[in-house]
Amino acid sequence: MATASLALSEATEVLRPASEDEAVEAYGDGTDILVIGGGTIVVPDLTYRRVQPKRALLLKDAGLAGVSRDGSRVTIGAATTIAELVDLPAPIGPCAANIGDREIRGAGTVGGNLCAGEGYEAPRGDLQGALLAVGATVRSAGAGGITEEPLEDYLEQRRSRLALSVSYDEPVAGAFAALDRPHTHDYTALAVSGARAADGTIRLAATGAGWWGQRLPSAEGGDAEAALRDVEPHDDALASAWYRKKVLPVLVRRVLDELKGAA
Amino acid sequence: MNLTVNGATHEIESGLLTPLLDVLREELGITGPKAGCHQGGCGACTVIVDGEPRRSCLMPVAHADGAEITTVEGLGAPEDLSPIQQAFVHHYAAQCGFCTSGMMLAAQAFIDRGGTDDKEAIQDALAGHVCRCTGYSKIVEAVAAAARGDEFDLSETAVGKYTTMTTGGAE
Repeated sequence: MATASLALSEATEVLRPASEDEAVEAYGDGTDILVIGGGTIVVPDLTYRRVQPKRALLLKDAGLAGVSRDGSRVTIGAATTIAELVDLPAPIGPCAANIGDREIRGAGTVGGNLCAGEGYEAPRGDLQGALLAVGATVRSAGAGGITEEPLEDYLEQRRSRLALSVSYDEPVAGAFAALDRPHTHDYTALAVSGARAADGTIRLAATGAGWWGQRLPSAEGGDAEAALRDVEPHDDALASAWYRKKVLPVLVRRVLDELKGAA
Repeated sequence: MNLTVNGATHEIESGLLTPLLDVLREELGITGPKAGCHQGGCGACTVIVDGEPRRSCLMPVAHADGAEITTVEGLGAPEDLSPIQQAFVHHYAAQCGFCTSGMMLAAQAFIDRGGTDDKEAIQDALAGHVCRCTGYSKIVEAVAAAARGDEFDLSETAVGKYTTMTTGGAE
């Protein structure tokens, strides 16, 4: 009855915290621990033995799921599934709806999406762009305790901090544009998110233009071509860098036009 | 931990991180869910977990602790096919058959949540399910027929009396 994958799992200590406090304590400083949200990225890594962790932290029952509102402030727990976001206003909702398929959206979590990246075959972490556009902050645990910082800063250290929740102020207007994809895969080759805040400030960000989500500040004044100054697209299995450079300004222009048209 | 599969409850010995797919196939011998890509990209391993379609290759079995799971074996029996299975037979929606169980379970969950014969809605419900025989048109027709509640005389289907079908819905 024993198989390779059964034996592998038994070599890993599995931690199943039942609260945020337990999750934070179990995570500690993040040494030698694999965090599993929905499993859509890491379970294949385990199956194919790309990772063989000493400990695995299952977040499913840690009480980190759910979307809450306090005035215009939206807070999304790290274990909230992508499926729970699809009805939110742009850019978050349309970005979530564009991810994978129903089964993937029902299993994959916001925390896992934030910690994804550097997928060498295809871009990962679609929500990073949309959450950068709305100026999200991330509450996380790790060395030094619980901190809250802008998503840009969190992305730099996402492998060493446990995401607990992400928060942002609902923008006055939002927009999302993605490259259409062939039916044979459900990855996003390139997408642009935009948001206009109450004070009129516009923020733009892309997924698929770099190894993880990146802001496009040069284009926020309205010059879509200027977005190319902010990114260095790469080749992967979905699209060439050349193609991404050709299409990025098109998507940026669509998002800017939509933001302009929105009341 | 316990798994309830097609109404029968099993005590599971596999490690908690074992993909549900491997537990079903290798520990319980339930081979309807297929190990196509084993990384979430093909849909062949799809099962219904507490009413929702899920990729069993991506789900640590710990996440299914106490859940009700339906595999294709739980839809119907060879002598007593369920409506979705009858629709797949009648509309010739299975060719090599490898994607069929995942397709039917995604379709069953779609119909159970009120899905209609709208073609776009069916395509959305089956997104991520890859048929390498490229039999998508017949599959969508079968799901539309089952969603409408069409009834079939499979003794006539078997001798090939029906060769033209309509999709209905959004076209």
